Amino acid sequence: MPRLTATDRHRVLITLNGRAVEGDAEPRLLLSDFLRHTLGATGTHVGCEHGVCGACTVQIDGEPARACLTLAVQVDGADIRTVEGLAPAPDRLSVLQECFREFFGLQCGFCTPGILMSLDAFLRQRPDASELELREMLSGHLCRCTGYVPILRAALAAQQRLNASTGAV
Amino acid sequence: MKPARFDYLRAADAAEVLEALHQEGGDARIIAGGQSLMPMLNMRLARPGVLVDVMHVAEWQRITDTGSALRIGAAVRQVTVERHAGLAARVPLLAAALPWLGHTQTRSRGTLCGSVAHADPSAELPLVLVALGGSVHLRSRRRAREVAAEAFFVGMMQTARGDDEVIEAISFPTARPGAGYAFQEVARRHGDFAIVGCAAVADASGIRLAISGVADHPTALNLPMDSAGWDDALDVFAWSLEARDDLHATARYRRDLVRRLGRAVCQEAQQCRA
Repeated sequence: MPRLTATDRHRVLITLNGRAVEGDAEPRLLLSDFLRHTLGATGTHVGCEHGVCGACTVQIDGEPARACLTLAVQVDGADIRTVEGLAPAPDRLSVLQECFREFFGLQCGFCTPGILMSLDAFLRQRPDASELELREMLSGHLCRCTGYVPILRAALAAQQRLNASTGAV
Repeated sequence: MKPARFDYLRAADAAEVLEALHQEGGDARIIAGGQSLMPMLNMRLARPGVLVDVMHVAEWQRITDTGSALRIGAAVRQVTVERHAGLAARVPLLAAALPWLGHTQTRSRGTLCGSVAHADPSAELPLVLVALGGSVHLRSRRRAREVAAEAFFVGMMQTARGDDEVIEAISFPTARPGAGYAFQEVARRHGDFAIVGCAAVADASGIRLAISGVADHPTALNLPMDSAGWDDALDVFAWSLEARDDLHATARYRRDLVRRLGRAVCQEAQQCRA
């Protein structure tokens, strides 16, 4: 049985936004810090570090999850997506990102990477989600600027455009 | 807000988990989805010497329908149960409570057994388990035993689990014909821990109402079918739970929620029977 010792660093391999990457982590290192400090992917933001604010939300094997409530060593071998993986090209935004811009779904932008990763997964899994279901899903995120209404507007617009383009629902 | 140092052990099978718990005892903590334990580690309220990861134990990744119960293994995530085909028909109370349990973003990682092991007095799963009269399957190197939910939760974040024991599964009794089920809670934000949570089961013999968030563990009360005496019974029950004031609500508000929300949930369960 592999026992990873507390004071040593251990090799962790993940797929980050479609690319195989690796880094060394003590067992206690949070995925949020592994992404930001070890791998230099600072798009994921860190707010409360106890799972309440949702700023650090990333996708682990396609499901939105708190990077601050996950150890790097737990996700060895996993497929991780972060906000850096959303845009289809450096000069183009995704449909969801474009809607956030158009509908003013962000002001300071601190909570935005987490919200985008949640919505990206949710709109894919639940193209037929109702406004209430979107609201409940967004309850996993705190935003202190927008009052949530523009975020919800952007999410609903993105849902409509994505469904129109894929022919779903 | 960073955990203190610990060793990390990724167990390949149940025997490795049991051996680690046997060797390390109270210095070891089981980690499954981590959605209850990680905040404790980040805030250093828990400082175990070793974490034992049970998510790779194949035999604990199963959901088994035994006919009389749905048995859910230690490595089954909440999202998996939420998407389990036929859950609403087999264990309607669990299906009703699951959307209230944390957020989409925590249910994706968290397990049911982990929430039960954590035993927060406001948590939904212990409440549902007590309301249904479910049970907890414990295993150590020495023995395996099954503990009734009501005997398992003994205090605030305190359970009947021994230091060398792991929760390998929990069992939710499946729906009985002619029974009705209802769940409601009041929280400051959807997905937050409830200020008061209520779960009720109604059948021909009467109603079983369980309450979380007031006493230091979920507590059940049996009521007759006839609602004439409910108000008095709920009032006595509300006082018996010894509610306390905290940041989120006063004791008086909690007692009032037990009376009103409790009554509403009992009525809803009764209506579900029809």
